[in-house]
Amino acid sequence: MTGKARTPRGFVERTIDGLLHAMERAVSAEAGAAGAGWIQRLDPRVKLAGLLSLVAAVALSHRADVIAALLGLGIALAIASRVPLATLLSGVWLAAVGLSGALALPAVFLTPGRTVATLPPLGWTITAQGLTSAGYLILRVAAAATFGFLLVFTTRWSHVLKALRAFRLPLVFVVVLAMTYRYILLLLEAAHDMFVARRSRTVGRLTAGERRRVVTQSAGVLLAKSLHLSGEVFLAMQARGFRGEVYLLDDFAMARADWLALVCFAAAAAAAVWVGR
Amino acid sequence: MNLFEIESLTYRFNRIVALDGLSMAIPAGTRVGLLGANGSGKSTLLRILDGLYFPESGQVRFLGEPLTEQRFGADAFAHQFRRRVGMVFQNPDVQLFNTTVFDEVAFGPLQLRWTAADVRARVMDTLERFRLAHLKDRVPQRLSGGEKKRVALASVLVMDPEVLLLDEPTDALDPRSQSQLIDLLMGWTDGSKSVITATHHLGILEEIADRCFVLDHGRLVAERTPADLLQDQELLDRTNLIHVHRHRHGAAQVHSHPHTHGL
Repeated sequence: MTGKARTPRGFVERTIDGLLHAMERAVSAEAGAAGAGWIQRLDPRVKLAGLLSLVAAVALSHRADVIAALLGLGIALAIASRVPLATLLSGVWLAAVGLSGALALPAVFLTPGRTVATLPPLGWTITAQGLTSAGYLILRVAAAATFGFLLVFTTRWSHVLKALRAFRLPLVFVVVLAMTYRYILLLLEAAHDMFVARRSRTVGRLTAGERRRVVTQSAGVLLAKSLHLSGEVFLAMQARGFRGEVYLLDDFAMARADWLALVCFAAAAAAAVWVGR
Repeated sequence: MNLFEIESLTYRFNRIVALDGLSMAIPAGTRVGLLGANGSGKSTLLRILDGLYFPESGQVRFLGEPLTEQRFGADAFAHQFRRRVGMVFQNPDVQLFNTTVFDEVAFGPLQLRWTAADVRARVMDTLERFRLAHLKDRVPQRLSGGEKKRVALASVLVMDPEVLLLDEPTDALDPRSQSQLIDLLMGWTDGSKSVITATHHLGILEEIADRCFVLDHGRLVAERTPADLLQDQELLDRTNLIHVHRHRHGAAQVHSHPHTHGL
């Protein structure tokens, strides 16, 4: 078998790859919104109200089987909307499980209850109640994040903003959300350029201390750049007449399928809250 | 009638003075070049003329009407002004914040609340005029530097403003893209629009301006025609628009002469 030996990649290279990946993901989310799946065809107001009601149902349910069923519903919606499950796995579940798992880890050992195992070197006891609490949290986060991701992946950001305004969200919040998205790509690009410039001046591998210094310095510079960029982007929007309101070419119009979907979303959320109370 | 009248204008960034007691008048229907080295206050002045910054002291008037923050607070005035005055920023990246080229060009007309049919028709027409129609579904951030500048320009010219403010339009463009951009601008202005261009590229001056204002450290130091200005080596040298360039001819002969970029 032939092939190149793998060169160990440094911290700067990994950061650059991560930033490029994040840029790709930001762009691909808009491409997903233009797809021909089931959720994509719905009125954005229905998507917003329906998926957020399912998030609320996840938060209000107290039974693991109900939350698991809602997660199953999320997966079914993802399949029907042609959302790649690999993207869902890598972009949502791994992060959700990792983050909530880290938060839930102490509960596994600290929650009093029936001992199911003991951690050999430390002698810490794992309780059944602790495992259940951690499982609930992880399941809840995974299910809620799935519905949130479905909304973002299947809806153009400008439509989400207009739908938020349709639900009378104050203008100032919508402007903040609009601005956040407007310059996130610029910020990623600035961070990417900064790390590429850093690579061009880096010889050999960085020590742990040097890596920490690079990260803290970069974070400081990025903060200053992001403030500047956000101001510039806002001026450019103002210069073309932006006053905070969201105007789109596509006017929202409820079709029979939208009403039906809204009823289904509401029924599923209400049933989950009722059964899982 | 004057398009813009500026009286004793002072603007500071924190404690740094960007414009220092500036007074000038820009007649309507002219093509004006704002010249000066980096940090001379050109970009700040353009932003004040576009009602994006407001002076600390002094006055700016547009067609006799004062440009103040209070006036821009009123929808009717802001709407009218944005319809009539367009600005293209130096860095196209800050101006390209939509997810497709089509949406980018449609952003301004939508803010002006044109009908959907009008927006679609005008956007497609503009994209074709700027040879961007084939890029309409592309993400603007992924275009080349020249394409980004063209999209930024199209996104403003689609509104057909009477006044165009350009901040370093040919900055960081290769010679062919520079020339294409100038041709597009010349085709659009057609002698009937007011264009104010901030630049330090003397090479494009005679093509883009009938009148030039030279700024230095936030002050107006000269007002000339492009031909007169290009003859005044002492002024150009003093305001850092040209510099002495030393280079070698053949094996040993070294000589120096005034030099500018873009001429």
